[in-house]
Amino acid sequence: MSGSEKKHKLSYLIAALILIIVWNAVSCLINSPAIPNPYVVFLSFTQQLKQDLPQHFLISAYRVIYSILLALSLAIPIGLSAHEKRIDSFVAPFIYLLYPIPHIVFLPLIILFFGIGDLSKIILIALIVFFQILVTTRDAARSVNEYYIYSLLSLGATKKDIYKHVVFPFVLPKILTALRIGVGTAIAVLFFAESFATNEGLGHLIVDSWDRADYPSLYAGIVSMALLGFILYSILEFVEKRVCRWM
Amino acid sequence: MTKAIEAINISKVYSNGVKALENVTFSVEKGESCSIIGPSGCGKTTLLFIFSGILKPTTGKVLIDGSEIDKPRNTALILQDFGLFPWKTVYENVCLGLKIRGVEKNKQKKIVEKLLKDLGLQDFRNSYPKELSGGMQQRVAIARALALNPEIMLMDEPFSSLDALTREKLQNFLLELQNKDSITTVLVTHNIEEAVFLGKKIVILSPRPGKVVKIIDNEEMGDVEYRNKKGFFEKCREVRKSISLVI
Ligand SMILES: Nc1ncnc2c1ncn2[C@@H]1O[C@H](COP(=O)(O)OP(=O)(O)OP(=O)(O)O)[C@@H](O)[C@H]1O
Ligand SMILES: [Mg+2]
Repeated sequence: MSGSEKKHKLSYLIAALILIIVWNAVSCLINSPAIPNPYVVFLSFTQQLKQDLPQHFLISAYRVIYSILLALSLAIPIGLSAHEKRIDSFVAPFIYLLYPIPHIVFLPLIILFFGIGDLSKIILIALIVFFQILVTTRDAARSVNEYYIYSLLSLGATKKDIYKHVVFPFVLPKILTALRIGVGTAIAVLFFAESFATNEGLGHLIVDSWDRADYPSLYAGIVSMALLGFILYSILEFVEKRVCRWM
Repeated sequence: MTKAIEAINISKVYSNGVKALENVTFSVEKGESCSIIGPSGCGKTTLLFIFSGILKPTTGKVLIDGSEIDKPRNTALILQDFGLFPWKTVYENVCLGLKIRGVEKNKQKKIVEKLLKDLGLQDFRNSYPKELSGGMQQRVAIARALALNPEIMLMDEPFSSLDALTREKLQNFLLELQNKDSITTVLVTHNIEEAVFLGKKIVILSPRPGKVVKIIDNEEMGDVEYRNKKGFFEKCREVRKSISLVI
């Protein structure tokens, strides 16, 4: 590990510490069971780890990761193909009409078609993330400088080479940025999707503890959800660092 | 002598109605070096793209080695800014043409390693273009062109963004390369001294639509010392005069 990286890690630690201190101060000041102090939450968190918290965590992680993969696997090919003017002129109107809709309103429709199980939750999250990735990928794919393509063509490249060596590598960093924003959205929608019609997942845990006014458990759920977001975000950052070294 | 490139009455009108070239006729002998000079926007880049087979002329035809081109042939194209792919390392950039042509991995390595060594780039094989100076970037671009062992090298203002000293060094380098390998080269430039130093034949184009105004023979070139000779300055004056007549 290099010196600057160590410093980087240290500054994260300091920030985390400050947040915990502020939390503690607020909880002391307000002195209500609705805001337990960090230590109580920590105890509850470790307590729950021995019970069904890991189960909830894994289910949530499974739902959100599947959703993101589903969204990516559709948004990237469609977005990249917008590099082709003919395809784009066909796809663009659909994007313009469908993107501004708050896709969460499709929930009843999704449930109607896919039932109230995991699949519906995954499709709901994927739908929302899909548009975020698609719009970014399309914009980037259209903005590839044509001189890069001329340069590649002069080497005898085929269409496939153009996507492989120019369009995709050019667009990739932008996809990752969109994905970082997408992860935040995905987890927010995950919470919403897990707040009904399920007995599993962190969203369920939170809403259920809330109903029972079991605040330490509620906070354990919140912390776990934050942790899930943090882990996904860290993975993305790791990938981004490797992939975007050229920028 | 046989003709490597023969432009016969070529005109180019872009789809938006811009007429870039009009009735351009000239030829370049095998092994000869030709400079093309002309005002900004007169269609020089367009002409190179036509020679390389990336664009088709609207009317007229281009013969490469006596036959009409239908797709990019064994010509290498070096562009000013968008030639190298920023997302590929020096090694990957130089290797790209070989990879696209399906050359065997071991053979790729052998060719590329030798070129990197010849061009003094071996210590930078894993660097990305942004980590190199402008002069070094253009050397990588030249290496990539040479990797394909081309019969014709087309260069579009390859040195225009370099400082005077680096520029002169690379001009010398290119001259030596021409003398050694006798590759047919076509060099587009804005710089009169560069056109005279590197071109045995100097083609002067008019403002858009580009027409051939004059072809100046420059038999004396070919030596690095030419730059300091009286003949060089006289030739520069002749070229300057011809240009000032058309602008
Ligand atoms: N793809 C294109 N579609 C429409 N017009 C184009 C296209 N490419 C170039 N042109 C136009 O054709 C003319 C000639 O362009 P070209 O790039 O060949 O000129 P140039 O001599 O290389 O210019 P410069 O000295 O600035 O590099 C310009 O007016 C340019 O705007
Ligand atoms: Mg140009």
